Amino acid sequence: MSQQGYVAAPPYSQAQPGMGGYQGGFGPGPAQPLYGHYGGPPQRMPAPPTALMKSPVSSAAGMPPPPVSSQYNPNIQQNGAHTQRYPTAPAVSAAYGQPLQSPYNSMASTAPPPTQQLTNQMTAMNLGNYAPPATSTVMQQPFQTSPPPAMGQLQMSPGQQSPHISPQMSPPLSPPATMQMGGQPMGGQPMGGQPMAGQMMAGPPMAGQPMAGPPMAGQPMAGQPMAGPPMAGQQMAGPPMAGMGGRPFQGPPPPGPGGFQQPGPGPVGPPGYPQQAGQFGGQMVGPQPGMPGGFPAGPGGMAGPPQKKLDPDSIPSTTQVIEDDQAKQGGHVYNTNIRGQVPPLVTTDFSVNDQGNASPRFMRCTTYSLPCTADLAKQCQVPLASIIKPFANLPKNETPLYVVNHGETGPIRCNRCKAYMCPYMQFIDGGRRYQCGFCNCVNEVPVFYFQHLDHMGRRVDFYERPELSLGSYEFVATMEYCKNNKPPNPPAYIFMIDVSYNNIKSGLVKLICDELKTLLENLPREDGMESSAVKVGFVTYNKVLHFYNVKSALAQPQMMVVSDTAEMFVPLLDGFLVNYQESRAVITNLLDQIPDMFADTNESETVFAPVIQAGVEAFKAAECSGKLFIFHSSMPTAEAPGKLKNRDDKKLVSTEKEKTLFQPQKGVYEQLSKDCVAQGCSVDLFLFPSQYVDLATMGDVPSHTGGSVYKYNNFQVEADGEHFLRDLRKDVQKSIGFDAIMRVRTSTGFRATDFFGAIYMNNTTDIEMAAVDCDSAVTVELKHDDTLSEEAGALMQCALLYTTVNGQRRLRIHNLSLNCSSQLSELYKSCETDSLINFFAKSAYRAILNQPLKNVREILVNQTAHMLACYRKNCASPSAASQLILPDAMKVFPVYMNSLMKTAPLVASTELSTDERAHQRLSVMAMGVEATQLLLYPRLVPLHNMDVNSEALPAPLRCSEERLADSGMFLLENGHSMFLWLGQASPPDLIQSIFNLPSLAHLQGHMCALPELDNPLSKKVRSIINGLLEKRPNSMKLQIVRQKDKPEMLFRQFLVEDKGLHGGASYMDFLCYVHREIRQLLT
Amino acid sequence: MTTYQEFIQQNEDRDGVRFSWNLWPSSRLEATRLVVPVSCLFTPLKERPDLPPVQYEPVLCSRANCKAVLNPLCQVDFRAKIWACNFCFQRNPFPPSYAGISEVNQPAELMPQFSTIEYIVQRGPPAPLIFLYVVDTCLEEEDLQALKESLQMSLSLLPPNALVGLITFGRMVQVHELSCEGIAKSYVFRGTKDLTSKQIQEMLGLSKPAASGQQGRPPAPQDASASCKFLQPVHRVDMNLTDLLGELQRDPWPVPQGKRPLRSTGVALSVAVGLLEGTFPSTGARVMLFIGGPPTQGPGMVVGDELKTPIRSWHDIQKDNARHLKKATKYYEAMANRSAVNGHSIDIYACALDQTGLLEMKCLSNLTGGHIVMGDSFNTSLFKQTFQRVFSKDYNGDFRMAFGGVLEVKTSRELKVCGAIGPCVSLNSKGSCVSENEMGVGGTSQWKVCSLNPSTTLGMYFEVVNQHNAPVPQGGRGVIQFVTQYQHSNTQRRIRVSTIARNWADAQSQIQHIESSFDQEAAAVLMARLGVFRAESEEGPDVLRWLDRQLIRLCQKFGQFNKEDPTSFRLSESLSLYPQFMFHLRRSPFLQVFNNSPDESSYYRHHFVRQDLTQSLIMIQPILYSYSFHGPPEPVLLDSSSILPDRILLMDTFFQLVIYHGETIAQWRKAGYQEMAEYENFKQLLQAPLDDAQEILQTRFPMPRYIDTEHGGSQARFLLSKVNPSQTHNNLYAWGQETGAPILTDDVSLQVFMDHLKKLAVSSSA
Repeated sequence: MSQQGYVAAPPYSQAQPGMGGYQGGFGPGPAQPLYGHYGGPPQRMPAPPTALMKSPVSSAAGMPPPPVSSQYNPNIQQNGAHTQRYPTAPAVSAAYGQPLQSPYNSMASTAPPPTQQLTNQMTAMNLGNYAPPATSTVMQQPFQTSPPPAMGQLQMSPGQQSPHISPQMSPPLSPPATMQMGGQPMGGQPMGGQPMAGQMMAGPPMAGQPMAGPPMAGQPMAGQPMAGPPMAGQQMAGPPMAGMGGRPFQGPPPPGPGGFQQPGPGPVGPPGYPQQAGQFGGQMVGPQPGMPGGFPAGPGGMAGPPQKKLDPDSIPSTTQVIEDDQAKQGGHVYNTNIRGQVPPLVTTDFSVNDQGNASPRFMRCTTYSLPCTADLAKQCQVPLASIIKPFANLPKNETPLYVVNHGETGPIRCNRCKAYMCPYMQFIDGGRRYQCGFCNCVNEVPVFYFQHLDHMGRRVDFYERPELSLGSYEFVATMEYCKNNKPPNPPAYIFMIDVSYNNIKSGLVKLICDELKTLLENLPREDGMESSAVKVGFVTYNKVLHFYNVKSALAQPQMMVVSDTAEMFVPLLDGFLVNYQESRAVITNLLDQIPDMFADTNESETVFAPVIQAGVEAFKAAECSGKLFIFHSSMPTAEAPGKLKNRDDKKLVSTEKEKTLFQPQKGVYEQLSKDCVAQGCSVDLFLFPSQYVDLATMGDVPSHTGGSVYKYNNFQVEADGEHFLRDLRKDVQKSIGFDAIMRVRTSTGFRATDFFGAIYMNNTTDIEMAAVDCDSAVTVELKHDDTLSEEAGALMQCALLYTTVNGQRRLRIHNLSLNCSSQLSELYKSCETDSLINFFAKSAYRAILNQPLKNVREILVNQTAHMLACYRKNCASPSAASQLILPDAMKVFPVYMNSLMKTAPLVASTELSTDERAHQRLSVMAMGVEATQLLLYPRLVPLHNMDVNSEALPAPLRCSEERLADSGMFLLENGHSMFLWLGQASPPDLIQSIFNLPSLAHLQGHMCALPELDNPLSKKVRSIINGLLEKRPNSMKLQIVRQKDKPEMLFRQFLVEDKGLHGGASYMDFLCYVHREIRQLLT
Repeated sequence: MTTYQEFIQQNEDRDGVRFSWNLWPSSRLEATRLVVPVSCLFTPLKERPDLPPVQYEPVLCSRANCKAVLNPLCQVDFRAKIWACNFCFQRNPFPPSYAGISEVNQPAELMPQFSTIEYIVQRGPPAPLIFLYVVDTCLEEEDLQALKESLQMSLSLLPPNALVGLITFGRMVQVHELSCEGIAKSYVFRGTKDLTSKQIQEMLGLSKPAASGQQGRPPAPQDASASCKFLQPVHRVDMNLTDLLGELQRDPWPVPQGKRPLRSTGVALSVAVGLLEGTFPSTGARVMLFIGGPPTQGPGMVVGDELKTPIRSWHDIQKDNARHLKKATKYYEAMANRSAVNGHSIDIYACALDQTGLLEMKCLSNLTGGHIVMGDSFNTSLFKQTFQRVFSKDYNGDFRMAFGGVLEVKTSRELKVCGAIGPCVSLNSKGSCVSENEMGVGGTSQWKVCSLNPSTTLGMYFEVVNQHNAPVPQGGRGVIQFVTQYQHSNTQRRIRVSTIARNWADAQSQIQHIESSFDQEAAAVLMARLGVFRAESEEGPDVLRWLDRQLIRLCQKFGQFNKEDPTSFRLSESLSLYPQFMFHLRRSPFLQVFNNSPDESSYYRHHFVRQDLTQSLIMIQPILYSYSFHGPPEPVLLDSSSILPDRILLMDTFFQLVIYHGETIAQWRKAGYQEMAEYENFKQLLQAPLDDAQEILQTRFPMPRYIDTEHGGSQARFLLSKVNPSQTHNNLYAWGQETGAPILTDDVSLQVFMDHLKKLAVSSSA
C-alpha cells in the first residue's frame, strides 16, 4: 500500500475483494449505474455510509452497531435518490429541539415511523420536482430489515444519523457542529427555504412522489398541491409495483403493503400516512427500477434504516475552516523564520516576510513535519510532497526577489552536491569554510567571499547577503549556464492564427487581430525597462502556413506561404521576429489586412504539428526561446505530420480502455514536445472547437512545455469574445521565464522522486520547462531513502535556471526547511489539506493514463481511509469505534477528495465530452495549490443580502443546493467557470437593479455580462465580479442561470457537497463511506 | 549560268539553307566516299522581310505517313485538280477551296520563288507569351541592384499582354504572387528538397484535388484562374512587379566566413518548371534564370558551400574528382527534358567571376533552345545589353523569338535523315525517312525547338540510301522538305515550309561537278558541329584524331597529287580553305579545353551549335582587320605576321572583340598625338576600328566581350592566342626578319599543319 503508487494496483485491488464481498452479501447489485462515480460498485458506496453513520451517540444510546448490511441498503437507495435526502430530516422538526438522541429514541420506540415521516417530507421538500429516493429508503427498511431485529434497524438508523465527526484537533472551532450529524438542524433549514416544500410537506403523500423518481418530477409537483396523497398514490402505484415491487417486498418478511404503511402511519400525522403508505408502495417500486440489481439482491440486507439524516451543518465545513483561518491569520505578516511552520491557508489573505524560508507562495508542502522513517511514512500513507510555484506573483507589498551576483565564477555552490549558497550553509573555521546543509560536505570559502563570523558563528555580512538570510533570491548566471556558452537572446512571442473557414466566419480572426494591436503594447518586460525586449512574429495558417515579414524598413508586410508541411521550415529570418515598437506601423498594417485577406477563404482543413514545428524552427533560427500562441479551431485533418482522426468513442467509457481517451497519440507530438523543450519553445493553445478535436493529443505539447490549453466551445464573438480576450491578455502579459531547468535538492535522507506539472523530464532529476510563468506549479513527491533526524530537520532547495524576458540567464533559488518527527501526531498536525489534495489530484490524473478509472477511484478512497484510520489508530484519543475522528488539519479533506472524485476526468459518464475531460485533466496537472483548492471547492457567494456599502466580499456559503434560496442571487466561481444564480422568486426590484428588467422572465438566456447600471447593488455586484476576474489566473465566462432553467444543471455540478450530476456521492455519503472503511481498517 | 557561289548565296537567302554538297552523289557508296556527309545548315526562321505569310492552312499529302506539304516541285494536273506528292508520289485532289486554280492562277505555294513559304494557321486560342524570371538573390548588393534595374527595364519591353512571373531564390525558393494588393505574398520552398511536379503544383495551390478527374480532359478555365496568382499580364502587374523587384533584398540568411552562400538553383528551377507544367503545358514560355554563382545546396548542387573546396575544373573532371558533376548533370538533364516536352525554354544568365555550374546546367538551354549568357557581373554592359537584346524586335515590331517550334523533315526516297545538331530535342517520330545511322540527335524525323530566333540554325545530316546499282534517272532531283511549326511572338501559330531540291550526280562520272558543288564553309561548320557534338561525350584527343582523319580522307579524295610527293599536292578552289578552317577549329575553344574552365567550354559550345554559318565561321576562324596609314582598312591573315607596330588590329572571335594597337601606334596614342589638331588623321585612324567594332556590337547576340588593348598589354593575349603562330620563339631567328610578333607557344603553325597534311594525304599508307 505504498502511498504514491497508484501504479501499485495489487494492494488496492485486494481491497476490492472486500468490497466485492459486500456486494455479494447485499445484493450484488446492478445498481451500479447510479453509483457509478464511486468507482466501484455502487453498493460499496452505500455500504460505507451506513458504517459511518454510527455515531458515538448511537453507541451511547446503547445501540449495537447496526449490521453493515442493513445500512447498506438504505444507503444505496439514498444514492439512487437525490441528494436532497438530507433535507428530509427537517421533518423531524419536532425532534428538532432535541439533539440526536431524541430522534433515536423515538426511533427505537416507534421504530421506523418517525424517521420515515421526516424523511418523506424532507424528500418532498428538497426534491421538489424530483421524487427523492430517500423516502424509498425509508420504505424499504421496514420491509426488508424489519423482520429480524427490529432493534437492529433502530440502531442503525440512529447510528447513521449521528456519526460524529470529532476533529480532535480543533474542538474549539466547531465542536457542536461536528459532533452530530443528526437530523435536527436539517429539519428546520431546508423547510424554511423552499416555499414549494411547504405545500408538499403538508401532505405526507408527497413522500411517495419522491419515490417515483426523477422522471416523475414534473407530475408529482402538480399533483401534490392539488390532491395530495391520492394522486400520488395512484400514479406511483401502477407501474412501479409491477416491475420492482416483487423483489423488495418479497425480501422483507412483513406483509408487503402493511410494511409500507407502517412507517408512514406511525408517529407522524396518521391521516396522511396511510395514504402515503400506499404511495410508498408505489414509490418504492419507482426507485427500484433505477436500482434494479441492487434491490433484488439486497432484500435481505436492505434492512438498514436509511433515514439517517445527518445535519449537514454538523459535518466539517470548508467555508468555516477558511473563514476561521482568515480570521486568525488574515492580514497578518507571516514570518518564515521557523522551521516546519505551517503557513496560513491559500485562501487566507496574509503577507509574507522572508526570513530564511521560501514564501508559501513559492513552496507549499503536504506536511511540514516529515516522518523520520520510511516505515512511518508508509504507515500513515500521507503523501509527502511539495508544490513549487517558482514564479509565483508576489503582492505589491512584498519585496521582489533580490538578485545576487557572485561575479565571473558564478554562484557559489557546494562542491559535492552542487547546492547553491543558502542560509543552510554552516560557516565554520572562522569563516574560511562552510559545511553544506544538504550533503554535509565541507567546502572552502572562495577568497572573494570570505567574511568573518560574529560571536554567534554567523557571518558578519549575514543581513547584507540575500543568499545567507533569505529563503528566496536570484543569482546572475554565468556563461556556463547558457546554451552553447552564448548569452541568450531575448525571447520571442509568435502568434499563430488559424485562418480556416471556421475562424474567419466566427469573426475570431478579426477579434484577435484587433486585440493584438493594443495587446502588444503590454508585453512582459523587466522591471524598470521602458519597453519589452520580447520580439514578436506572426503566422497564419490553414493547411499551409503563412509567415509574415514585418521588418520595420518595409512599406508593407510581406507574406510567405510555406506549403511543405511535411518538412516544416522557416522561410525567413530577418523581419520575422521583430521588436514591436520598431515595426509597429507594419504590424498594424498586417493586422488590419489579415482578416480581409482570408475573408473569402473556403479552406476548412488545418494542420497542427507543422505549426508548432514552424515555431520551433523559427526560434532555432533566431537562437532564442519563446512562446507560441496558437489560435486553433478544428482537428488537424489535412495531410501533414500530426494529422489526427476522430478516435472519440463513448463506448470506451467505464471500460479498461477508457484510459486511451486520455492518452495522447504517440509519434509526431512526442518528438515535437522534445524539440520544443530543447529549444525553449512553450506552446499556449487557444482552441475554438465546435466538435471533438482530440484534445488529449493536441494538448500534449502545451502540457509538456509549460504552456496552457484554453478552450472555447462553439465560440461566438458576442458571447465569448470578451471572455477569450481576457484570457489572452492575461496570458500575454503574465510574468514568465523561458528555457528553464529546475532541480530540487534535498538534505540527506530523502529526495524528490516524482514530478507533476506541465513539464518535461529527460532524466530523473532535471525538470525541464520551455517556459515557466507565474501560474505554473510543479508538484514534487518526496520519498525517504534513509532516516531523517528530528534535530537536523529536512531541507529542500529548488533551483530554477531560466532566461528572463529580457534575455538574461538567471538562477532562482527557493529554500525551505521542514521538521522531522518520529511522532505521527506531529505529522498530522502539520498537514496541509489544500496541498494534499493538489497532490492527490495530480497523481490521480496521471494515474488515469495507465489504469482504469475504477481502480484510481478505489485507490483514492482507500488511501483517504487509510490516512484517517492511521490517525485514529495512532493519534486520536481512544473513543468508540463508531465515532469518526478526523485530524484537525485534515478535517475538510474528505470534501475535497469527494469533489475530486466527481471531477470530469474521474467520472465515467458518457454525457461528458471526452475533450472536456482531457482538458480538465491537463489543466489540473499544472495547477498550484490555490487553483486546485478553488477548483475543488468553488466559492458560492450570496449577493442578495449583502451590505452594498461594505468593501468585503460576502462570506461564501457551502456548496450545496440547500444553501440556495429561492429569492436569492448567488455567485459561484471555481477559477474556470462563473455563475450568477437567480432564485425563482427573486424579487423584481433585485432583477431591476441588476439587469434593468422588470422580472426574471424577461431575462435573456445567453447574457454574459451585466449591464452597467447606476445603483449601489449593480455596482457592487459588478465590482465583485470584476474583482474576481482580475484575481484569477484564468478568465471566467459569466453565465447567468435561473433556478429551474435547463442551464441550471451546469451550475449544479459545482455544488460539490451534493450528489454529482454525472454520478458521485454527496459529501455526507462519502463521509459515511469513508467512515465505514476506516472502521474496517481499524478492526 | 551562275556560279556555285551565287547559287549558294541565293539558296541561303531564300531558304535559309546551306548544303555541304550542292550536287548529291547518287548512291550510298559514293556518298560515303565523299567523307563529308550530305548535310546542311538550316535556319528555320531566317528573316524574310520579302515573304508575307499566307493566311491559310497548307495543303497536305493525303497519305497518312507522308503528309508532305504541297510545294512548287509537285506535279500538278490543273485540269483534274490533282497534284502528285513529290515525296511519295501519291496523287492528291486539291481541296475545294482550290477549285479555281489553273496555270495562270496558281496559289503561292506552287510558285518557284516560294520554295519557302509561311502559313498562318488558326489552332486554338492564341497563347500569350510567358516570361518567368528566376532570380538568384545571393548576389553582391551592387550586382543585385543592377540586375533589378535590368529586370524592371525589361518589363517595359514586354508586350502588355505577355504574362510574367517571378521566382527568387537563395537559401529558400520564393514564388511571388503578383496579383495581391497591400501585401507582398510569396510561396516558399525549402531549397534542399527535391519535389515532384505534382507536389509543387499542390503546394502552390494549382491543382484542385478530386473533382475534375473523371471528366476526361482537365478543365481549362481552372488553369487560367489558378495561374493568375503567379503569372500575370504585364499591363496589370507592371507597377506591382516593379515595386516588388525594387524591394528585392539580398538573401537574408547569414553566410558564415569561409562559406559560399546557400543557393538553391536546382529547386528554384524545379519549381519554375513545375509551375509552368501545371499552368501552361505546351505553350511557349521562357524561364529566365539569373545566377550569380553555382548551386550550393539541394538537388542540382554543383559545389558544396565550403569555400575551401573549389568548384570542379577540367583537371578534376578528368581525374573523376568532381563529386557532384554526374548527379547534377543528370538532374538538370531531366529537368530540361521535362521542360522541352512542354515547349518551355530556359535561359541562363550567369554573371560571376568564378564558374557558376554552366557545365552541369548547359543542357537546360541546349535542349530547350534557351540562351546562355556568361558575364563577370550583372553590372556590366555586356549583360545589360545582351539582356536587352533578348527582347529585340524585328521589322514588324515583333519579338525576334518564337516558341514551341517543331521541325519536321521529309525526304524523297533516295535520302534519309540521320539527325540534327542544334538547340533541339528529338520527338522520337520514326518514319520512313529516318535513317538508322545516327548523327547528332537522330532516330527521328521531328525535333522540338522550344525557342527559336531568326539566327537559330540546326545542322541537319542526311544519308543517301540509293543503291549503287539503281541509278537515279538523269536529271532526277532529290528533295527535302522542312516543315517548321511554331508559335510566333505575336501569338499566332505559324507553319513555315521550305522545300529544297538538288540534282543527283553520278560520283564516278561527275566527280568534278560534285567537287565544285562543295560548300567548304558549310562543310567546315557542319563537320565542326559533328566534332563538338562528339566532344561533349568523348575525350578531346579522340575527337581531334577523328577530325584529322576526316580531313586527310577528304584531301586524299579530292586532292591532286603524285603518290608520296607532298610537294605535288594541290586542292581545287572549292576545297582550298577547308584545311585552314580545320586548323583553326582544332585550336578553338570548342575542342580545346586548355585554358578554359568547364563552364567556358560549355558556353562556347552552346553558342557554336546554334549560330548561323557566318557567325560559326567567325567562331572557328576569327576575322582580323587591319587599320593603318598605308591604306584603307583591310582583312588580314589571322597570323602572327599580321601583328605589326604601325597597325591597329580589330579581331572578332564572336565572343570577343579585340582592338589591338601596334607598338608604334600605342606609343603615339600614349603621347597624345590624337589630341593635336595637326594629327587629326591619327585620331581618325584610332577611331575607325572603334566605329567598326561598335557596328558589330550593335548586332551581335550575345554581346561580345569588348577588349581594347595594345602591344604588350595583358589583354593582348586574346589576340595572340588566336593567330596562327607562324613566328614563335622557336623559329624567330630562322626567319630573321622583324615582321610580325613572335608568339610564345609550342603549338604548330598552319604551315607545319599543312605540311603534315600533305605528307599524310599523299602517303599511300595512310
